[in-house]
Order: sequence, then structure tokens, then C-alpha cells
Amino acid sequence: MRHFVIVGILVILMAGLTYVGLDSAGLMPVQASAQSVPIDRMWNEQVIAMSFLFALIVVPMFYSLIVFRRKKGDTTDAAHVEGNTRLEIVWTILPFFAVVLFAYLGGNSLAQTLRADPDAMVVKVTGRQWSWSFEYPDYGVTSKELRLPVGKQVHLQMTSTDVIHSFWVPEFRVKQDLVPGRVTELRITPTLVGAWKVRCAEICGASHYSMETPVVVTSQEDFDAWMAGEAALVAEAAATPEGRGKALVAANGCTACHAIDGVGGNIGPKWNGAFGEEVELSDGSTVPGDEAYLTESIKSPQAKIVAGYESQLMPTYGFTDEQIADIVAYIKTLR
Amino acid sequence: MTKSRSVGSGLLLLVIGGVVGYGVGLGLDFLVTLLTTGSGKLNFSGSVAGLFTLLSSVTAFFFGVVGYRGITRGLNWQIFGTLFGGLFVTGIRFLMGMRGTQLFGSFFFSEPAWVFGALVGAISFLFGVGALDDWMKWARGIDTPDHHEDVPGWEKYLGVSLDHKVIGIQYTVTALVLISVGGLFALIFRTELAQSQLQFLTSTFRLFNQTGPQIYNALMSLHGMVMIVSILLGIAGIMNYVVPLLLGAHDMAFPRMNAFAFWIAVPASVLLLMSLVLGGFETGWTGYPPLSSRGPVGVQMFFLGVFVAGWSSILGAMNVIATVLRMRAKGMTAMRLPILVWASIATSIISLTATQLIGLSFQLVMFQRLLGMGFFDPAKGGNPVLFQHLFWFYSHPAVYVFVLPGLGVISELLPVFVRKPLFGYRWVAMSSLGIALVGFVVWAHHMFTSGMNEYLRVPFMYSTLLVAIPTGVKFFSWVATIWGGKIPNPMPTPFLFTVGAIFVFLLGGLTGPPNATVSVDLHLHDTYFIVGHFHDTIFGGFVFPFFAALYYWFPKATGRRMNEFWGKVHFWLMTPSFLILTFGMMRIGLLGMRRRIADYDAALGFDTTHLVLTICGFLIATSVLIFIINFFHSVKNGEKAEGNLWNSRSPEWQVPSPMAAHNYEVPFEVVGEPYDYGLPGSKYVEFAPAKGKKH
Repeated sequence: MRHFVIVGILVILMAGLTYVGLDSAGLMPVQASAQSVPIDRMWNEQVIAMSFLFALIVVPMFYSLIVFRRKKGDTTDAAHVEGNTRLEIVWTILPFFAVVLFAYLGGNSLAQTLRADPDAMVVKVTGRQWSWSFEYPDYGVTSKELRLPVGKQVHLQMTSTDVIHSFWVPEFRVKQDLVPGRVTELRITPTLVGAWKVRCAEICGASHYSMETPVVVTSQEDFDAWMAGEAALVAEAAATPEGRGKALVAANGCTACHAIDGVGGNIGPKWNGAFGEEVELSDGSTVPGDEAYLTESIKSPQAKIVAGYESQLMPTYGFTDEQIADIVAYIKTLR
Repeated sequence: MTKSRSVGSGLLLLVIGGVVGYGVGLGLDFLVTLLTTGSGKLNFSGSVAGLFTLLSSVTAFFFGVVGYRGITRGLNWQIFGTLFGGLFVTGIRFLMGMRGTQLFGSFFFSEPAWVFGALVGAISFLFGVGALDDWMKWARGIDTPDHHEDVPGWEKYLGVSLDHKVIGIQYTVTALVLISVGGLFALIFRTELAQSQLQFLTSTFRLFNQTGPQIYNALMSLHGMVMIVSILLGIAGIMNYVVPLLLGAHDMAFPRMNAFAFWIAVPASVLLLMSLVLGGFETGWTGYPPLSSRGPVGVQMFFLGVFVAGWSSILGAMNVIATVLRMRAKGMTAMRLPILVWASIATSIISLTATQLIGLSFQLVMFQRLLGMGFFDPAKGGNPVLFQHLFWFYSHPAVYVFVLPGLGVISELLPVFVRKPLFGYRWVAMSSLGIALVGFVVWAHHMFTSGMNEYLRVPFMYSTLLVAIPTGVKFFSWVATIWGGKIPNPMPTPFLFTVGAIFVFLLGGLTGPPNATVSVDLHLHDTYFIVGHFHDTIFGGFVFPFFAALYYWFPKATGRRMNEFWGKVHFWLMTPSFLILTFGMMRIGLLGMRRRIADYDAALGFDTTHLVLTICGFLIATSVLIFIINFFHSVKNGEKAEGNLWNSRSPEWQVPSPMAAHNYEVPFEVVGEPYDYGLPGSKYVEFAPAKGKKH
């Protein structure tokens, strides 16, 4: 009996200490969305349950290992206790109720994260190896980074052009895969002004690790100002071929693999000087870097492969001839 | 046996074979590029050179160790089978007019040629090693003896044997080899992760036609799959060795199928390693399309390797079930079965009925690639999410395949060491079946963010949380067993690992429900939290119990015990390192560390934690190395232990060690409960008093 009392006290102490320790360790990133509130509350309830169950098992186990150690010279067996059916029923039934309770709470908290605002701003998200683009259909603007006004729900309508990707901003908590051939949805209400990153959470190939792009949450005024600037840029760019080309390059995330002015990936050849210089190919021959070569390389990327870039081949993007001409016009401006 | 056959000469030949293979591969690669492009290039880090190095060095090693028989012959046949199958398809394609780059891709064979060749190679291995000899003889009407007597000495382990004890040890040692290989992969990518930014696996790094990040992904994916195969072989090792002894059977029900199930796993492992050199695969072990329907031919080798390893699992499970149903000693009723046997039954039910689904899902992607079918291709009306359903229908229950035998080992060893009956035997036995059955209806909790129907997520949350109930029964029963027991002082190594298993599995169990709760999982999914949780369950449910079982039954197999001091060093080095490793993983996972990434954002501030995790990884590897040295050194040099070393009631300990060739010379009868420690005068088994007595 004495053992049970001691262990009971120790279990309560241990559970309390474990919970306080875990709670004060700062386990979650900053809460930056309305959806993170029910999730963090649910997580906290889980931590309480974990701390209690941890103590409930660990304390009697280690207590036994220390207190019931065999005395020197004792060669007898322990008391013959085969079991206790009543106890077994108790520790089957009580967890059952706990399970139902937690599943119920979990369902509630899920419902809160899914709550839809009819006035939500729609943003169309496209994921591709290995870049993101965000289209704001209400404004006719497409951006490489996600800009959001604080306090307003955004309705993300997401798809992928190649493999499965996953949209995750740890500070927003919620996560959703992007599946080729269909549109998946996610609703986020940013509650904190600041800058974070979208991080692709589903392995999507060689550069999966670098598939990140900024998320900037600003006040509605700053958002409107940014949007007006972007819209002006779009209008200006649409007037010239190289402007349209530049916009296409930004929207399709070409710089994930091709560097421009030293910024971007090294998976494909850099674009500065791609026009006008001799290009050495993987079979040892060289071709002049002219319009015909650039056009062919966008249309059928495998036709001529630049030396040193054999291991990862570019996919075809399905641009129209006019779009390709615009992109080539843009590349021609890069010296 | 001549003296020249030894591990030493094996290692020498390994080096020579490797160098020769590298030269041949390099030359062939040069010839092929010369013939196809007109200008030959020496590709020093190419796939062909890598493949020939791998295959010829491994084969040469075994040639040095046992000469040209058994496994050496099997591997040799596999190489020639692969070449033959590949050339066959290449020839047909040539006749059909499919030439040019189709004929000689960058890998010498085109993809269909590789896949067919690899399949023929795996089957050729079985012919070469001799696993099909008896069946072929029967087909020709030639009788063979029921048992083949094994040659004395250790050479029998490198050829086909029908003795379940030999096969059990073959499984176990192969599992240890694969654990070492998978662990080595982990050390390589853990080293890359020690600091943010790519240090050595950079974009300019080239190996086997892959860049650094691609190699990272391939090693990470292979770490997963090689470890999974090693676990399947490890549990098969324990079940094969121990279950017939516990039952009083002279062997498994189908000894030839038993040998077949083991030997098919060897070419499967070779195929998995081939995937690394044939372009790798960067999908993670889950192999989700469309990513897996686009990668290099390495993806196919990975699919095929898993497919073939699945045969081993299915056939092995069938054998265990048949053995338990038909070959129990007299008086061994259901409620007098040793608890490990119950766990083996539960595990085998899952393996027998669910493994097909992973084979099927991988096979569908293989066909999608080879034949242009569109199962998972949205452009052809397919659905990528369907693959995930098929895949997880096996791969979630598979986790219970990995842990149930381990939990059985914990329940089996605890009563022996604390000298007290297993608390609530029936409840523990039924909880294994409960976990196995509930495990079939929880698979979609891996897919809460996948884009499957939103409302379907809630029922899967309920079913998943239900797993906590039978698992809880096990924990409560273990604690109640230890409570008031006579705890050995000092604690022997297998007991330490048993207690460690309970503690580590508890951490894995407690971190499970948050993942099952949909809303919280939206944050946790695909992060290092999951990685930490998973490693806790697998170490607690398999690795710790596996080591406990090896320390415990080692004397039964060898008549000697492993060194206690080094056993304790192994435990006290591995346990804290492992705990820090998984705590660290879970911590950074919650804060935003995604899984399966070659590099992480320095701004997240994870550098110090990752460095600590890498150091812990190396400490765990050191402890396992200590174990392996202890294991092989003790076979000949361990302290003699021929009697009932642990003072167990179990039948296998009532006869001298090492076990005789056909197990019990005198059959036994079950006359009491298995775990009645502390009940004076009680007995579990009684050996028949004299030969010739009617029973």
C-alpha cells in the first residue's frame, strides 16, 4: 500500500513537471494565422495527455526497477500474481473514453481550421519543380512571392504542373498537397504582420530542399500599394516583347534552374550571355547562341544539351510560339 | 576445407573484384558511348562502372570465403541472368526496329531491358544457389530425402540449408549486414546535414550520373527501404529460430519453402543496392507517382527489389502460420502458447494478407513506365492519390509487422527476468491480434494532407486513435509485471534492452496520437516530428527488442554467451544518443524542419541541433559496431553457457545448448502455464520419460 501512495504522488509530480517543461520549451513557431489557434490549443491538450501517460508508465516502472531490486543472496522467485481481470477492463475502458473524447475534440478543431469566409480573397497557387507562383485573379497579377493583407482570409486554389508538392508555412500551421490534374484548397487568415516562407513539404525531386519562397503579410494599405505597383508593372511590361517575356519568366519560375545576373539555380545554364556567344554542347560540338538555338531549346529542351548540364533535363513547358518569342526577346536583353 | 578459404581472402578478393569490375565497367561504358555517339568518353563516376564494381566485388568476396558454391554461385547466376535477360529484350527490340537511343540508353540497356534482366537475374539466383533443387528433382520424378544433413562448421550458412535454425541465423546475419548498410547511408547524409548549406553533396558533385542533392535523396530513400527489408529479415530470423523451438517442432512446416523465402531476399537486396548505381531514386521509400513515374531506371530497380522481397515476407508468414497451427507439442492449447508465438501469428496474418498491396502498387507504376499505362497519370485519366491508398494499405500495417514480434519479445523476456508471471497473459495475447486487426483500417491517416476527401479524414482519425487501446493494454501489463518483481541485480544485457525497449516504444507511442488528430497533423505531417516519432516506434518496437533477443538466445545457438561488459557498453552508448537524436528531431520538426530535404534554411537556426544529431548518429553507429564485433567474436571466444542460463521455464532452455540438429531428441508435453514463475512445484513442459513410450 505504501508503494502505491508513493508512486501516486510521484506520478502527479512527474506529470506536472513534464507538462511544465514541455510547455515552457516553446515547442511551436509563432502563431501567425487564425487557423493556428485551434491547432495549438489541440496540441496543448495532447501535451497534457502525453505528460500524464508518460508519468503513469515511467514512474511505476523505474520505481520498481529501483525499489524491487533483488537483495544479495536472495534466489527466490517473486510473488505469483497472474493478473487482475477487473484492472484489465479498467485500463481498456478508460482509454476508450479518452480516445473518443480526443477524436471528438480533434474533429472540432479541424472544423475550426476549415471555416470559410465568403469574402475570402482567391489566390491561385501553382507548384512546379522547383518554384512557386501565385496568381491574383481579381487583380490580374502573378507573383513569385505570396503577399497577403493581414486579417483577411485567403482562399488558396492550388495545383501542380508536374509532381506532387505541398504548401506549408510553419507559422500558419496548416498544410495541403498540390496534386497534378486537380485543384486542392486551403484557407488561411493571417493575423500577424511579418515575413515567412512557403516551404514545399512533399519530396518533389533533386531541388526539393530549395523549393521555398517568401510570404509577406502586410497591412491592407501596404498590400493595396504593392498590388497597384505590380499591376502597373504588368501593364508596362505587356507593352513590349521583352517585358512580356520577363513576366513569363517570373511567373514560370525559370530562375529556379537558370541564373540571371548571378541570382538563381545552377541546374540549367545561366542566361546572361546565352544569346550571342558560342555554346559548347555535351557531345563536344558547339553551336552559335542565336534566336533559332534559344527557340529550339525552349521548345524541345533535349534537342541540344549544354555541356555540364546532362544530369537533370528540363521539361517542356507548352509555351505558344508568341510566348517563346517574348522569352527569347527577354534573354537577348541579358548580357 | 582448405585454409585459403576465409574472411581474409574474401576481403582481398573483394578489393580485386572491385577493381576489375570497375575497369570492365569503365571500358564497356567507353565502348558504348563510342559506338552510339562516335566519340568515346571515360565516365569515371558513371553508372556502368559503379554497377560492375558492386556486383563483381560482392561476388568475389563470397568466392574468397566459401569458393564457387552456395551464395557465390547464386550471385554469379544473377549477374549472368541479368545480362541474358537484358540482351534478350534488347535483341527483340532491335528486331522490332527500336534502335538509336532506345537501344543503348545512358545505361547500356534501355529501361525494359534492365527491368526484365533484373527479374531474370533474381530468379537465376535461386537456381544458382540451389534453393529450387529439390523441387526440380521432384518435377523430374526423382525422390530426395526429407532432410539434408548440413556440413558441419560455418560454411553451411552460405549455402542452402533446410534447418530452421540455420535459416534463422542466415536471416539474422543478413539483417545485421543490411542494418550496417542502411546505417552507413544514414551516416553519409547525416554528415551533409550537420551544417546548413550543401558541403560535399553539392550540385557540381557527380556520382553514378547523379548530382549531390540527387545522391542525397537516393541515399535517404534507400536508408528507408534497406532498413525496412532488414527489419523484415530480422523478425523472420527471430521467428524462424525461436518459434519451432517454443512449439517443440522439429522444423518449420515447409522447410524448402522456408529456404526459398530466405534466399529470395538476397537477390532482392542486391536489386535495391543496384538502384543506387543505376541512377538512384529520389522519391523517398514511399515512391509516390508522378515523381516515381519519371525518374531514372534506378526507380524500377527499387520497385522490383521491394516486389521480390515481398515474396519472402508472404511465404515466410504462411510458413509460420502453418507451423503454429499444425506442429505444436502435445497439450499446447491456444492459451498455453508462449506469448511470442501469439505475436508471430498476429504479424504473419498481416504479412500474408497485406504485402500484396505494396507489390501491386509498385507493379502498377512499373507498368505505367514500361507499357505506357495511365493508372496514376492524370493526363490519361489516372489518379495519383489512388497510389497512396494502395501503398498505405500495406505500409501502415507493415509498421505493426515490424513491431509486434518485438513487443512479443518484451512480453516473453520480462517474466523470465523479474521472476513473475506475465500480468494478464490473455489480454496481452489478444492485444497483439487487436493491433493487427485495427491496423487494417487506419491507413489513410498518412494522407490527411493528400487531397483525398476532406470528410473521410475524420473516421480515419477515430480508427487510428483506437490503436492506443490495445497498445495501452500492453504497457499497463508490462508495468504490472515488473511491479513487485525480483529485479535482477546487476541487470543482464537482454533485460536492459527489454526495459529500454519499453521506454523508447512508450515515447513512440505517446507521440503518435497528435499525428492521428487531423488538425494537429496538418502541421506535423512531413516534418522531422514524424521522423522522430517513427524512429522511436521502430527502435522501441524492433531495434531494442531485436538486440534483447540476440543477447538472450545467442547462447542457445552457440553454447556461448556474448560479452556482458561490451553488451552494457552497447546499451549505455546507444540509448542516450538515440533519445537525444529523436528528441532533437521532434523539436526541430515542430519548429519547421521538413523531412527529406538535403539542406535547410540557415535562418531557421537549426545548425547546432543538427550538429548534435549527427554526433548522436555516429555514437549509435559506434555502439552497433561494438555489438557486431562482440557478436562475431563471442561465437568462438564467448564464455561457455550450455545450460539454462536465464533460468527460464521455456522448453528450449530445458535441453543443453547449442541446440541439436533436429531439436528435441525426446518430445515434450505441455503440463502447465508458460509463465508461472513463483508458483512452487509448477512446470510448463515435461519431457517424455523414455523412448518407445506410446503417446
